[in-house]
Amino acid sequence: MDSHISIENLSKSYGEVLALQGVSLEIKSGELFGLIGPDGAGKTTLFRILTTLLLPNTGNVSLCGYEVVKDYKYIRNLLGYMPGRFSLYQDLSVMENLNFFATVFNTRIEDNMDMIHDIWVQIEPFKDRLAGKLSGGMKQKLALCCALIHQPKILLLDEPTTGVDAVSRSEFWQMLKGLKAKGITIVVATPYMDEANLCERVALIQDGKILQVDTPAGIVNQYEKDLYAIHTSDMYQAMLDIREYPSVHSVFAFGQVLHYTDKRDAFEVAELKEYLVNKGHEGVKIEKIQAVIEDCFMALSQENKLEQ
Amino acid sequence: MLPIIFVMPIIQLCILVFAATYDMKNTNLYVVDKDLSSHSRELISKFNGSPFFTVKDLGFSVDAGEKELFKDKVDAILVFEKGFGNDVDLKRPAGVQVLVNAIDASAAGLYNAYIQAVIQDYNLHLQPKLINAKTRQPIQIVDNSYSHLFNPEMDYIPYMLPGILVLLVTVIGLFLSAMNVVREKEIGTIEQINVTPIKKYQFLIGKLIPFLIIGFFELGVGLLLATFVFKIPFLGSLGLIYLVAFVYLLVVLGIGLLISTQTDTQQQAMFIAWFFMVVFIMMSGLFTPVESMPEWGQKLNFLNPVSYFIKMIRMIMLKGSGFKDVMRELGILGLYGIAMLTIAVNRYRKVS
Repeated sequence: MDSHISIENLSKSYGEVLALQGVSLEIKSGELFGLIGPDGAGKTTLFRILTTLLLPNTGNVSLCGYEVVKDYKYIRNLLGYMPGRFSLYQDLSVMENLNFFATVFNTRIEDNMDMIHDIWVQIEPFKDRLAGKLSGGMKQKLALCCALIHQPKILLLDEPTTGVDAVSRSEFWQMLKGLKAKGITIVVATPYMDEANLCERVALIQDGKILQVDTPAGIVNQYEKDLYAIHTSDMYQAMLDIREYPSVHSVFAFGQVLHYTDKRDAFEVAELKEYLVNKGHEGVKIEKIQAVIEDCFMALSQENKLEQ
Repeated sequence: MLPIIFVMPIIQLCILVFAATYDMKNTNLYVVDKDLSSHSRELISKFNGSPFFTVKDLGFSVDAGEKELFKDKVDAILVFEKGFGNDVDLKRPAGVQVLVNAIDASAAGLYNAYIQAVIQDYNLHLQPKLINAKTRQPIQIVDNSYSHLFNPEMDYIPYMLPGILVLLVTVIGLFLSAMNVVREKEIGTIEQINVTPIKKYQFLIGKLIPFLIIGFFELGVGLLLATFVFKIPFLGSLGLIYLVAFVYLLVVLGIGLLISTQTDTQQQAMFIAWFFMVVFIMMSGLFTPVESMPEWGQKLNFLNPVSYFIKMIRMIMLKGSGFKDVMRELGILGLYGIAMLTIAVNRYRKVS
């Protein structure tokens, strides 16, 4: 079955605040799609519209060819939704939760075991424990089981890995890959740029606008400027000083280093190094590096801000 | 939570039935006897002998008595002016002044009535005793006799207990249901429910049934306590009481669910439920008779489900009223319930 999602010119405002401004997206059937953006970018609003919980102001959204506004009742059968906040019944056990959601969707656990089996085996040892007493990673797995129990065509995950440890996060992505193999269209919203590489295609979103849609590699390749990593003893002062540097294009703190781009195409590393040394910085190291998604996002969001 | 739901009402019932009573037990008197005659002393001993009064102190000035009243040591002052005994002997109207602490108006009314009763009783003894020569029985010219139907001893427990039962059922119905949907909003579980194909009425019926069962259970325990521990006459049919309770619970649960669907936090829901609860209970006729309320208040009571239920449960338990006797009230409650539930289902939105 074709389970694509198409979003056309979608806008939503909360009073004065524009949460989404003319968003258009095509998500192909069976794709593992990432929606990447910082907090407050509009990811959750977009998800709430996709899950038929929120009515858009303008624009059309269709899932598997059904309109979210008109055919919301039918769409609810096709959707698996995992909200960002753990929203299963904490005072029911793992088994009871699963049973409950199976019943609500008018189905049985046994009939859908093949769908959730890989995940279920991991939480089965805890099936009599109250959902509220599970660890963060386990809660996530249970929520995923409950979202999958009715064999949805489309799975929407709103920040599924927020607040989950690194090991559980990578496990979780493994599970998503397994689900993708079963032909489900999966859309993941996440604020973590590093997770973008795990998706087939990603959309970068900020301030309710889509900045770019492409494969992770495609996005990185579009990064035209030469990028340099700068390391000094006093990172913060160095950033302030570089901002004063005449030909600076952009400088961002990026973990333990600064990422720097220059306005000119012909940029001499030694020139900047000398400038920093003159400013009294010690241990200055500058090297050319390959851009990652986050650099692209920062560049795009800066452009977006300049346009405004 | 579950044990609390079941145990609290039973404790409440046991405490309230004994505490919420209009029976006067212990009124402290201060007596100012400026007369010191045998008559005044006789009247004082009558008060002393009554189980309702304790003569705390005797004195000779009203000021001293008022001081005690200010200190809240006594509830009323009885003043015999000089010449009281003389007046009685001369068969002239003799005065006794009664000063009552009226901070609590309803208590003051009761002190007054009890004191009147004692003085009246004393008066009877003073009247010349006309004795029928033949039968040697005292002649009473006009004798009023009365009997209190359905509660012959004017006992307060049979009067209060059904009302308190209603209160318990209301607490369960209104509060638990008002907290329910809004709680799911707060903890976020409603998100997951809203994306399922479950229908609005299915969801709300699922919410109703547990409270209906808890309410029935509580009513059952209350009725058992009423009949076997408090020995209240139970004249009507149990089935009818349950029918009335069922219809009543639909109304209260409807109101509760409506509150729950319209609020965003448990705090708001709690506040609104509490507001309605207090208005309903105070106007219901549980503590003050509906008949003593102003006209507009009595009209407003048309919308008060608690007053219907209290009226019906008292009628059924104490009077043995049948279905036909409560049909009108039951009908109104039924319509009320349907209206409330329909509004609640309609106002509940799965999409915002």
